[in-house]
Amino acid sequence: MTTVTPFVGTPRSRVDGRAKVTGAARYAAEFDAPDLAHGWVVSSAVARGRIARIDTDAAMAMPGVLKIFTHENRPRTAWFDYKHRDQTAPPGHPFRPLYSDTILHSGQPIALVVAETLDIARDAASLVRVLYETEEHATDLAARRDTAYVPPKKRSGIKPPPKPRGDAPGAFTSAPVQVRQESRVPAEYHNPMEPHAATVVWKGKDGIVVHDKTQGAQNSQSYIASVFGLSPSKVQVVAPFVGGAFGSGLRPQYQVFLAVMAALELERSVRVSLTRDQMFTFGHRPETLQIVTLGAGRDGKLVSVQHDAVAETSRLEDYQEVVVNWSGLLYRCDNVALTYRLAQLDVSTPCDMRAPGATIGVFALEIAMDELAHATGIDPVELRLRNHTDRDQNEDKPFTSKELRACYAKGAERFGWSKRKPAPRSMREGSELVGYGFATGVWEAMMMKSSARATLTPDGRLTVATATADIGTGTYTILTQIAADALGVPMEKVTTLIGDSSLPTSPIEGGSWAAASSGAAVDAACRSVRDALIGLARGLEDSPLANIDPDRVTVRDGRVFLTADPDQGLAIDAVMAASGVDKIELEETVLPDPKTMLTHAAYTHSAVFAEVRVDEELGIVRVTRVVNAVAAGRILNPKTARSQILGGVVMGIGMALEEEALHDHKLGRVMNHNFAEYHIPVNADVPDIDVLFVEEHDDKVSPLGVKGLGEIGIVGTAAAIANAIFHATGKRVNDLPITVDKLLDEA
Amino acid sequence: MNRFGYTRAGSVAEAIQAFAAHPDARFIAGGTNLVDLMKYDVETPDHLVDITRLPLDQVEDGTDGALRVGALVGNADLAYDRRVQERFPLLASALLAGASPQLRNMATTGGNLLQRTRCHYFYDPATPCNKREPGTGCPAIQGVNRNHAILGTSERCIATHPSDLCVALAALEATVLVTGPNGDRRIPFAEFHRLPDDRPEIDTTLAPGELITAVEIPAADFGAHHTYLKLRDRHSYAFALVSVAAGLAMDGGRIVRARLALGGVAHKPWRDPAAEALLSGQPATDDSFRKAADHLLSGAVPRSGNGFKIALARRAIVRALRQAAAGTPQSQTDKRIQ
Repeated sequence: MTTVTPFVGTPRSRVDGRAKVTGAARYAAEFDAPDLAHGWVVSSAVARGRIARIDTDAAMAMPGVLKIFTHENRPRTAWFDYKHRDQTAPPGHPFRPLYSDTILHSGQPIALVVAETLDIARDAASLVRVLYETEEHATDLAARRDTAYVPPKKRSGIKPPPKPRGDAPGAFTSAPVQVRQESRVPAEYHNPMEPHAATVVWKGKDGIVVHDKTQGAQNSQSYIASVFGLSPSKVQVVAPFVGGAFGSGLRPQYQVFLAVMAALELERSVRVSLTRDQMFTFGHRPETLQIVTLGAGRDGKLVSVQHDAVAETSRLEDYQEVVVNWSGLLYRCDNVALTYRLAQLDVSTPCDMRAPGATIGVFALEIAMDELAHATGIDPVELRLRNHTDRDQNEDKPFTSKELRACYAKGAERFGWSKRKPAPRSMREGSELVGYGFATGVWEAMMMKSSARATLTPDGRLTVATATADIGTGTYTILTQIAADALGVPMEKVTTLIGDSSLPTSPIEGGSWAAASSGAAVDAACRSVRDALIGLARGLEDSPLANIDPDRVTVRDGRVFLTADPDQGLAIDAVMAASGVDKIELEETVLPDPKTMLTHAAYTHSAVFAEVRVDEELGIVRVTRVVNAVAAGRILNPKTARSQILGGVVMGIGMALEEEALHDHKLGRVMNHNFAEYHIPVNADVPDIDVLFVEEHDDKVSPLGVKGLGEIGIVGTAAAIANAIFHATGKRVNDLPITVDKLLDEA
Repeated sequence: MNRFGYTRAGSVAEAIQAFAAHPDARFIAGGTNLVDLMKYDVETPDHLVDITRLPLDQVEDGTDGALRVGALVGNADLAYDRRVQERFPLLASALLAGASPQLRNMATTGGNLLQRTRCHYFYDPATPCNKREPGTGCPAIQGVNRNHAILGTSERCIATHPSDLCVALAALEATVLVTGPNGDRRIPFAEFHRLPDDRPEIDTTLAPGELITAVEIPAADFGAHHTYLKLRDRHSYAFALVSVAAGLAMDGGRIVRARLALGGVAHKPWRDPAAEALLSGQPATDDSFRKAADHLLSGAVPRSGNGFKIALARRAIVRALRQAAAGTPQSQTDKRIQ
């Protein structure tokens, strides 16, 4: 008997790679339509107040301008807030573009100029004159810290901090070793390569087809139908390719509202694309101020953990994410008190950004742990081992799996951690101080209810379909691998369809759950097709497979045959022809196991090791090496999995050293709203990154044993770099990003 | 971006004429800055005069080892020109420290001199800016200013000049050759860019309608004793927080003559012959370097967010002079500071 190498678990290039590099893959703003009109968004110059007057006469007079939408002439939309709420909306009042004369944040869209060409729309937009009545605004979180409150209504899917356990303040007071770290993570903007855009194709009585930049075609569809009072059957959202998103495409953003509004009103196809600058006018990682205090014995064992966070939100919605809970989860400690509060600013509502909450909270915890290692003289890795826990003490549950100790061991070995001299400023080379830093990473492992359809045709071709998205993560590729394995066909014979609201129901593509959820659904649908095919073969009276036990049958390479005697079998087309069917098409829905969800906690973990070199005189930092050892259950495709972690680490380097929305608080405005001044890493900033996946068997979190990889790569990275900088320089910078001015000694 | 007219000039005379025929014309060559500014509605010309076909794209030898660089010579072409690499490596180094390969392929020598500031407020028409709209005010002075000037500022403007090339040209004492409605002029580099004082909207001493035709660079006698050291917030594709162009004529361990110019700290490349004179005849030691640095930075004024630049510039000057004295210029491909 020959054995087939399964595709799952082997490194595979992206099945959509060629389409992407040749331009065949089309993105939201690249879809065309006959008679397409173009919209240009006019943005508010002020942060708070009202529009006293908006003068569109000069712009309207320009030949080629079709209509200028403002709060004064906008079409009616749904009355109730809940109609504007999408699947991921936090509690509060969802932002409604052009709703009224009220200005809620700088950069708020206040008009849409629609014209025959993009150039005309843009030219006309520059002629729209706005007179504002401004009101006093606030964009400085530190100045508003004392207004912070516990959000009265929790955001769906976001766990509030657990109740305090033990007596954290008391245990801290009597702890032999005490550490306190105040830290700040600034507002960061997602800035995927592809700016947000929507092309709405007007189909008359058939409704609209919307090419939106979204991580959830069905979320976008239901939002559009609900807001504009359309039957969902008249709205199809198609987003086969997404040029990165990092969470910015989870909520329907204002470009899709404006494009749909204009298309419905003009009864014409309309495209609205945002500029790079306008990418700084909606959702972002919220600026967050944190205080972590740790009490420990001289042996480094934690006796008290307190973590308090104050995060910004908008005036409209109580955006929430899990920031502090990690501090009660990651290490064993019986006295824990965690608080999470919000302060309202005159800004757009923040939005999930890669590992929302964890990126911020774990940074604060892990620099405090590094300080504790320093204070106790215990090696930072050893300190984590001493505080290791095999139980989620927040919820008093065991983990579905947790190979974090293997991450520590394998990562440390690969990195050469043993060569680290413990004292800060003890390693140098030439004019540079050398630092080794370390941090733990953690993220949730989740599976969501998800459906998929599989269709087998006599030519042995298999088509699988589910509404999920591929935001650059490799979803197309892993679903193709899973489907190919289930039916024993080569990957080339599989067509994977995703990113379309008309496909079987799928959750939004976020939270690192797509592989576990959509993967399981595709697997289930393909297995059902396989079972149906075998059923047909068994029902053929003259067949060598007639009435054979299905367990003795293999489907592979376009044939159904006896496993023990491969010559005894039939081609798929013969089975189907003889059975009188021209295709086998089945849909399956998978759910996470409800019992496991109650009894177990599921997380991915990582150990991040970073080497930095800091010019002693000039304070210029180079990250020279990163090793990230990840435990995330079964790895479906080591190649795309590695890319996921690489991307996370690169983003973590940006978080540590570069990314920050610089606010002018007098104007209430982000000032570095372009890629020249809002820095993200360039090639020269990115060193050799070594990604390791440790073996982790998990039979509880999802049917495929998958835990997800989209976010874990960024968590811990910024802390590892900050800790490396501390080791190099002896200077603790807890206000991100760590720029040269913060490292320059006063000397 | 507004609509505009367009003329492709076939000769320098035609270009000057076409420019004069429109009330708000601009010359366009590589367009790497102008088009950007037009997209932001910062520049709103009624007419563009395309000068890319003019015969100004040659690097030619002048007398006494000087080099004459046509205004349309691309930044990449200039950086990799053999004569520049051999005789003016400081110039090549500064060019390669700037922008990205794509931009260097498009950008021209003349255009580089006319780059406008990267001040956030200048770039954002929703905010006041004395440089963009005279009399509206300067929010940078009390706002986001960590990239702004510490030297030669006025209460109307604290913007910096963003060019790397210009810092090297200042140190090399280049001359800018221009032509215009009133004939040809030669402008010493130190007099080409101006300080903001009460007219921050004017960057240079070019008269309206004047066109840069070439830059002339006299022979330099630094040998290997030069460097261009650029410090920035990431290792490539970022404007300088502080940059230093240094050239030393050395006699053994002693400095005979020094040239020193700073970028990222003022509205123009910052030079002070008195600071350079402090180095003449001195041993190439940190002590000598610090004295020159202190002199060059005397008068520096910190703002709310850029005070660090004073210390950073002081140290960068010392490091750059060390590199120059040792004959080990900063590499622009190896991203570590030497």
